[in-house]
Amino acid sequence: MSEITPDLVRHLAGLARIDLTEDEVIRFTEQLSVIVDSVAKISNIIDADTPATSHPIPLTNVFREDVVLPSLTQEQALSGAPDQAQGRFRVSAILDEE
Amino acid sequence: MAKANLMDYEKALELFEVVIGLEVHIELNTKTKMFCGCRNDFGDEPNTNVCPVCIGLPGSLPVVNKKAVESSISIGLALGCKIEANGGFSRKNYFYPDLAKNYQTSQFKDPIAYDGALEVEVPSGNKFTVQIERAHMEEDAGKLTHIGGATGRIQGAEYSLVDYNRAGVPLVEIVTRPIIGAGSEAPELAAAYVRLIREIAKALNVSEARMERGNVRCDANVSLRPIGQEKLGTRTETKNVNSLRSIERAVRYEIQRQAQILADGGSIIQETRHWHEDKGSTSSGRPKSDADDYRYFPEPDLVPVQPSTELIEKLRSELPENPADRRKRLAGEWGFAEMEFRDVVNAGLLDFIEEAVAEGAKPQAARKWYSGEIARIANSEDKDVAEMNITPKQVAELATLVESGKINDRIARDVLSAVLAGEGNPGEIVTSRNLEVVSDDGALIAAIDEALAKQPDVLEKIREGKLQAAGAVIGAVMQAMKGQADAARVRELVLERASRA
Repeated sequence: MSEITPDLVRHLAGLARIDLTEDEVIRFTEQLSVIVDSVAKISNIIDADTPATSHPIPLTNVFREDVVLPSLTQEQALSGAPDQAQGRFRVSAILDEE
Repeated sequence: MAKANLMDYEKALELFEVVIGLEVHIELNTKTKMFCGCRNDFGDEPNTNVCPVCIGLPGSLPVVNKKAVESSISIGLALGCKIEANGGFSRKNYFYPDLAKNYQTSQFKDPIAYDGALEVEVPSGNKFTVQIERAHMEEDAGKLTHIGGATGRIQGAEYSLVDYNRAGVPLVEIVTRPIIGAGSEAPELAAAYVRLIREIAKALNVSEARMERGNVRCDANVSLRPIGQEKLGTRTETKNVNSLRSIERAVRYEIQRQAQILADGGSIIQETRHWHEDKGSTSSGRPKSDADDYRYFPEPDLVPVQPSTELIEKLRSELPENPADRRKRLAGEWGFAEMEFRDVVNAGLLDFIEEAVAEGAKPQAARKWYSGEIARIANSEDKDVAEMNITPKQVAELATLVESGKINDRIARDVLSAVLAGEGNPGEIVTSRNLEVVSDDGALIAAIDEALAKQPDVLEKIREGKLQAAGAVIGAVMQAMKGQADAARVRELVLERASRA
């Protein structure tokens, strides 16, 4: 049985900054439960020694040499910004400390 | 904000056992960023070292910097860690505009290095073993500037400006296990540990390791538990401690603050605290909350990192002299007394003196200038020696000027002040201010004659063996020469005169 509860869905929605209606909370609780239960079935048939698969293609060690490549210009970098000032992205005030 | 009550430090240690934990971030000095080819440079025009990867544009794909992985492995090996054979990256999800992607690419489950230990010596000469839990790779965040409000701080700001040049710069975060048993020396141990980490990073040449530039940053966790209690107390994490002095002060402050709260029957709130260098205190940040639910998951755009045994052993064979051996070697080469050398290490002057010696200063002279003068002035100005406006090369030049007899110690101190005030190199200052000592015996003899005329019994006293009587004449001559004379030479001349007559 899945551990997905309406409270957990509300919590996740809060973390993801998504405003959900109560109907949506109920619907997503059901849907997420189905997904989590389905995945749990897989966990039940493999043993603890089976390594987790992070990618369908077995690739490892894809590296880049430490060589400088061209960057964007400041103008290009800011071209998609909703707002900007002094060569920087402008964002609304963020309340944090104190 | 009410000022916290602090318990007397000694009393706090009688009642409580101190447990600390340190997280040190080292910014690597690779040419490029962790996951893209943008320059890893400090001080460029904002948002000019950015690309679709590091400003999180859709469809961009990160690729791991090989050199950054190698540097991280070297750091791990130098910390005595094991190296993870099959690691990878995760996404640490949070909403804050210092990263444009809404997550930081970091390592979670399988850090590149784990299970290490370092022996750390504190000023008293006591040694502690600090267990390293892990060292993991991650990317740095961009720089926010808060605009509006009274103080340029985040409170009351109208908006913030973001520069992503630093976003994606490779970091290695080194995390200790809880450090128990340092007692009253916990603050010193914290600072000594960070100093050692800096030394290691510099010796490996994997970071500029400049704290004042944020290349090395420390978060200090502090908790207290009543003596005899097994369970660890609730900890606070103090951020923004960016000099060795501050680390020591911040840990001491937290011990005293928490002790008073606990003694008053209160409880410690698990929270982030901010260190204020100017006030010498910490203040409450946000409590640990929902926002710390980072929902890590494996980064799907990056494949596992599996360093080969050959690579690890190659990097191990290339490790430089470890800091303990280096100290031993320098102590031998320089011939300092044990206490002198320990003072140098504890004041964080080893690198400066080594550089000044490499620039031609005699070790003792370099030590004298750094310990006696520069560190003292820095201390009185509440600064780190690294922040002082003088290079080891300039110190060497100053020492050489004294060594060659061009200036005396007193003049040299004036020259030092002038260098610190930004007036130029010691040699230039001596020339421009015409400070070179009067070494012309003729001028000195004339001044000695004049002084002796006023104090005629001095020569007789010297002949009777009262050599200290020469002091009055030397003083008078130095005054007449406005300090620009070699006192030792004046003394010689006075004694010579006494023996002749």
